[in-house]
Amino acid sequence: MTSEPAHMNPARSFQGLILTLQRYWAEQGCVILQPYDMEVGAGTFHPATTLRALGPKSWRAAYVQPSRRPKDGRYGENPNRLQHYYQFQVILKPNPPNLQELYLGSLEAIGIDASVHDIRFVEDDWESPTLGAWGLGWECWCDGMEVSQFTYFQQVAGFECSPVAGELTYGLERLAMYLQGVESIYDLNFNGLEGVEKVTYGDVFLQAEQEYSRHNFEHADTEMLFRHFRDAEAACRRYLEAGEPKAGSNDSRHLMALPAYDQCIKASHMFNLLDARGVISVTERQSYILRVRELAKACGAAWLKTEGGGVAA
Amino acid sequence: MPDLLLELFSEEIPARMQRRAAEDLKKLVTDALVERGFLYEGAKAFATPRRLALHIAGLPVKGQDVREERKGPRVGSPDAAIQGFLKGAGLSSIEQARIESDPKKGEFYVAVIEKPGRSTPDVLAEILPAIIKTFPWPKSMRWGAASREPGSLRWVRPLHSIVCTFGPETEDPEVVRFNVDGIASGDVTKGHRFLAPGEIRVKRFDDYAPALERAKVVIDTDRRKDMILHDARDLAFAQGLELVEDEGLLEEVAGLVEWPVVLMGSFDEAFLDIPPEVIRTTIRANQKCFVLRDPGTGRLANKFILVSNLVASDGGRTIVAGNERVVRARLSDAKFFWETDQKVKLEDRLEKLKSIVFHEKLGTQYERVERIAALAKELAPIVGADPALAERAARLAKADLVTEMVGEFPELQGLMGRYYATLQGEHASVAAAIEEHYKPLGPSDRVPTDPVSVAVALADKIDTLVGFWAIDEKPTGSKDPYALRRAALGVIRLLLENKKNLQLRSVIYNALQKLEAIFVVDPKSLEAAQAKLAEIDDPAEKPDLSYFKTQDLLEFFADRLKVALRDQGARHDLIDAVLSLSGSSDLLMIVRRVEALGRFLDTEDGRNLLAGYRRAANILRIEEKKDGRSYGEAPDLEIVNAQGQIEEKALVVALDGAKREAAAAVEAEDFEGAMRALSRLRQPVDAFFDKVTVNAEDPALRANRLRLLNSIREATRTVADFSRIEG
Repeated sequence: MTSEPAHMNPARSFQGLILTLQRYWAEQGCVILQPYDMEVGAGTFHPATTLRALGPKSWRAAYVQPSRRPKDGRYGENPNRLQHYYQFQVILKPNPPNLQELYLGSLEAIGIDASVHDIRFVEDDWESPTLGAWGLGWECWCDGMEVSQFTYFQQVAGFECSPVAGELTYGLERLAMYLQGVESIYDLNFNGLEGVEKVTYGDVFLQAEQEYSRHNFEHADTEMLFRHFRDAEAACRRYLEAGEPKAGSNDSRHLMALPAYDQCIKASHMFNLLDARGVISVTERQSYILRVRELAKACGAAWLKTEGGGVAA
Repeated sequence: MPDLLLELFSEEIPARMQRRAAEDLKKLVTDALVERGFLYEGAKAFATPRRLALHIAGLPVKGQDVREERKGPRVGSPDAAIQGFLKGAGLSSIEQARIESDPKKGEFYVAVIEKPGRSTPDVLAEILPAIIKTFPWPKSMRWGAASREPGSLRWVRPLHSIVCTFGPETEDPEVVRFNVDGIASGDVTKGHRFLAPGEIRVKRFDDYAPALERAKVVIDTDRRKDMILHDARDLAFAQGLELVEDEGLLEEVAGLVEWPVVLMGSFDEAFLDIPPEVIRTTIRANQKCFVLRDPGTGRLANKFILVSNLVASDGGRTIVAGNERVVRARLSDAKFFWETDQKVKLEDRLEKLKSIVFHEKLGTQYERVERIAALAKELAPIVGADPALAERAARLAKADLVTEMVGEFPELQGLMGRYYATLQGEHASVAAAIEEHYKPLGPSDRVPTDPVSVAVALADKIDTLVGFWAIDEKPTGSKDPYALRRAALGVIRLLLENKKNLQLRSVIYNALQKLEAIFVVDPKSLEAAQAKLAEIDDPAEKPDLSYFKTQDLLEFFADRLKVALRDQGARHDLIDAVLSLSGSSDLLMIVRRVEALGRFLDTEDGRNLLAGYRRAANILRIEEKKDGRSYGEAPDLEIVNAQGQIEEKALVVALDGAKREAAAAVEAEDFEGAMRALSRLRQPVDAFFDKVTVNAEDPALRANRLRLLNSIREATRTVADFSRIEG
């Protein structure tokens, strides 16, 4: 730490926080991935979590995932809410016995000193109806503030996790606000520099928040979104069908699980946008969630027939 | 006598599960021991966020020795029989068996099998793994590498280690060795996660509890609660304030810390403009902190109490600052909601209720509000409320569901509606009814008394019940997902405690008829209904489906009424006696009748009349059975006049008078009067039984006397079914 310049300090720099977490989890043997190149609602949607959580193979990964929650947009006017924000996601499968200690180590690495901060694990069970997934765990509190979500995956895409993976999700903006002591996301120091060189979170994202809020709530082309939802749903089914092992072939592997899953992600995001536009009624809402879940389950089933899912080549 | 110490050390156990888990652990282990004949002197279980512990004092070192004699074959039996006997008795040669003789059987072998009692640790090592593997957590999980295998251990969160020792005070106890899914029992535990993370070797409970205490763990939940409560009160007192006590919150925070450290934080006074319930709910729900008030004014103070799990090296400054930050953000949100919500009038929110589905088959909240408003208006005159106010209140009652504040804190529904209604200048009764229409929420909740509140509260509950009856979603067994029993009890309490007469039958029937389009009818009850319909000839009298559903719902009310009255100590037989006869659906009247009947039966006249009734009913039962016919017809007055004794004639006159008078009194809802009328029967009935022989030799006279007995039975039926009365 001492060799690093001050502007890399995770308590002063948003990117310093990200880099510190990446370095810490890299040291723990995680594959450091880059964000998935699709719009997702949470880091969990990244195939590196959803699909890799299934099957017997060991897996350790960490990555930043930009997450889109169209409904949470506030035109840049709310200091705590964004329609696009960053999650830092860690998955360790099977979970090591000392996962809690590793997690506490990561807090120490970013400057949260356990001798002055009150760190607590408060019951919070996680469930994703769209992914057909659930787990038990906690929200991790630091001085009364939730800074991470800690989950032992029990089921994903409707399948029992065997072995169980431990998943950690850090809400990066909120954590950074606490570390930097600022009251608005937009005041976060992004690059850790001062004076003219300082770049804030607002400099980077405020305009985007305003524009996307307009898009999400007022202008998003709902006819197109409905069409894209249907298209993605149909494409997902087609790719799953196309990738199925051929009858009579020696190869029992599924060959298209990942491209099919992309379409599931796409359908989910289309649904989130339509939901934000307020064009999905309460009763329809449930049926859309179910439709996405059916895709997720089918993709999970396909993944379990791939090498990544544990089938020998 | 030796003690058992068991500790199950895990990752953080949800606060709400700890107490129950400790009790379950104690019960499961002690039951298993007792079942195997091991008695003990005392047992106590403990729970903290990271451990369940159990101490059982005064267990025997080993179980009782058992001596068993087993009779074998006769001396000189075939070898196969002898070998079988030896094998079964665990003997190696026949010399080890005794020979006894018996005059019938002759000489035969007897094996004496002595089973020494098993050592307690052995038994524990057998019992405990099974209990751990099948522990009844409300939710449990698998974890780690072991979860690759099916059937791996499930626990509430990963289980890390087990301490299990057994032994007397005077010696070093032994570790009870067992293994659960790769976790071997031992004698090592850990202290507080941050304050004393090192390993601690323990011997027995007597040193375990103090060792943990030194390692900043208080294992007893109640002691942690006491510590929190005392420190919180002291901190408040020092500031001239008073803690707003909250048992549920106290229990929860005690389950979130192993070493409670109570601290005080504050927030900007400007937030005190927000309603106090909102401040309290915000701080409680999100932060699990207590609020404080000024004991002089009763108003909330701008301070709060937080319970941390750390003796911080900076005295807690950082922790307080962090919590204050979060409280500030939360209260800013609440203040924003409070102010934004006021910009839209409640009536302008109704449109939004169209998008909230109340129940898939019962439509939206908007439709529901329409129904409740109509019903509240209809009920208003009956409960003494202004119909316009009742309708207005009902129309606004659900509007707060679409406010920002209730969206964030659903538990504030009703209350926020009242605040916003008051602010927009609604009539005080309307504002109150918006809050109170949800009440009573259970047997101990307050029942509203303002007539407008009563009208809307009744309408809300009746609409719920009628709706779910319409779609055939009635409570079954322990399943009552829509809290329909609570709704029915609410209606009962609203009517009884406010002393309001209401013919539920017509209210329910009318409401059901409006829902016929969405009726769901279970085929079995449809069949029963059709069978009943077939018996009715006159088409004008033919009941419809709403009639049957009304009957069914009224029976549900009758059941709930019975439960409610029984809980208040009323005699269930009297309730049955009244309910089985009364065609009335006026609950208040039914209850008055039960009360009058009870008072009547406490008088001598009442007791004697009951005795007379029973005598008449017994004779009738026996004779009717003997004759194979009933004597239900009215007595022939000519026979009475021509052949009857004077007591018989007097009884006829008395019965006629009493019956008419009682019926008239019942009609006028004068139950005391009805009982008084019946009480006049006592003397003539007694005289009749004294002087008149029912089983006269003349068959016509006998038959007529039996019919007279039947008249006694009939007369009592004007007020109650006396056959249901016990004792």
